[in-house]
Amino acid sequence: MPWDLKSDRPIYTQLIEQIELRIFSGQYPPGAKLPSVRDLAQDASVNPNTMQRALAKLEEDGLVITHRTSGRTITEDIEMIKQAKNHLAEQQIAEFLEKMQLMGFEKRETLTLITKMLEEMKK
Amino acid sequence: MSVILECSNLIKSFGSNHAVAGIDLKIQRGRIVGLLGPNGSGKTTIIKLANDLLTPTAGDILINGKKPGVETKKIVSYLPEKTYLNNWMKVYQIIEFFADFYEDFKPEKAYDMLKRLSIDPKERLKNLSKGNKEKVQLILVMSREAQLYLLDEPIGGVDPAARDYILETIISNYSENATVIISTHLISDIEKILDDVIFIKDGQIALTSSVDNIRDEKGKSVDALFREVFKC
Repeated sequence: MPWDLKSDRPIYTQLIEQIELRIFSGQYPPGAKLPSVRDLAQDASVNPNTMQRALAKLEEDGLVITHRTSGRTITEDIEMIKQAKNHLAEQQIAEFLEKMQLMGFEKRETLTLITKMLEEMKK
Repeated sequence: MSVILECSNLIKSFGSNHAVAGIDLKIQRGRIVGLLGPNGSGKTTIIKLANDLLTPTAGDILINGKKPGVETKKIVSYLPEKTYLNNWMKVYQIIEFFADFYEDFKPEKAYDMLKRLSIDPKERLKNLSKGNKEKVQLILVMSREAQLYLLDEPIGGVDPAARDYILETIISNYSENATVIISTHLISDIEKILDDVIFIKDGQIALTSSVDNIRDEKGKSVDALFREVFKC
């Protein structure tokens, strides 16, 4: 998954989101060792300080664990990853529902539309 | 964090023209800083003052607490906007030259980077393309383990792919205690790697901020803000 950074939002928040996505998608599995700050920064073509800041926040949230001598790993707490993943999903759905509401859809109508689309995708 | 570069009421006048018109500035160690401003705003003058190529008309500029001179040149690695290398020299000769000149110069680093860019060290400088010449110059500057890198328009003359390589070179070669100051007007290309930006307008500071602060507070890129501040 390549890094995709938009120009109108803080870089570190985007880095956090994208590392989270990598954790949720299994690209960085539970317990896996993370590349060094410098390697990650170079890979994303961002400033190492910015990457550091993003990792510090992930660490604060508990998704990433820093070991004093051996770098950083992804948490092995699968439950915590699941929770964070669900939280992100809820955010996305809330955003989506808000947009649908702006377009004039009632919640029930939205749900019917989704069900219908899923049915069609099955075929 | 300690200060690596400090200006207090720094003034440089050329006749009646105030190229630098009273700048107060403190730059910390461990930062990558963009010195951004339109042509003629005073960016190069500030960098030249920091390198003892110009002397202030008034005020002070201090590097690691010292006035620019022999001592500060040992810790400052400077990329001028124009090349000063001799065209007849071969790349490896220039590397030897630098190794003689600067204690902190690491030839192996330079050869490594040349190899990655497929530049032959046995080639004479004059036989290289303009872009490759600029790359050689940057490689020389970044192969020093300096405390302060002053890069005057490092990406002006190279293509976008080489720009990415140059930025990568800057990120991967500076150490955590070193500061890199990059002067440029090609902002969108470099804002991802900057910690802080300083906007220079008519020889004065128009704004200093961190990149993420600008994006956070104004909801726009540094490039977009620059276009707004310096609208013609």
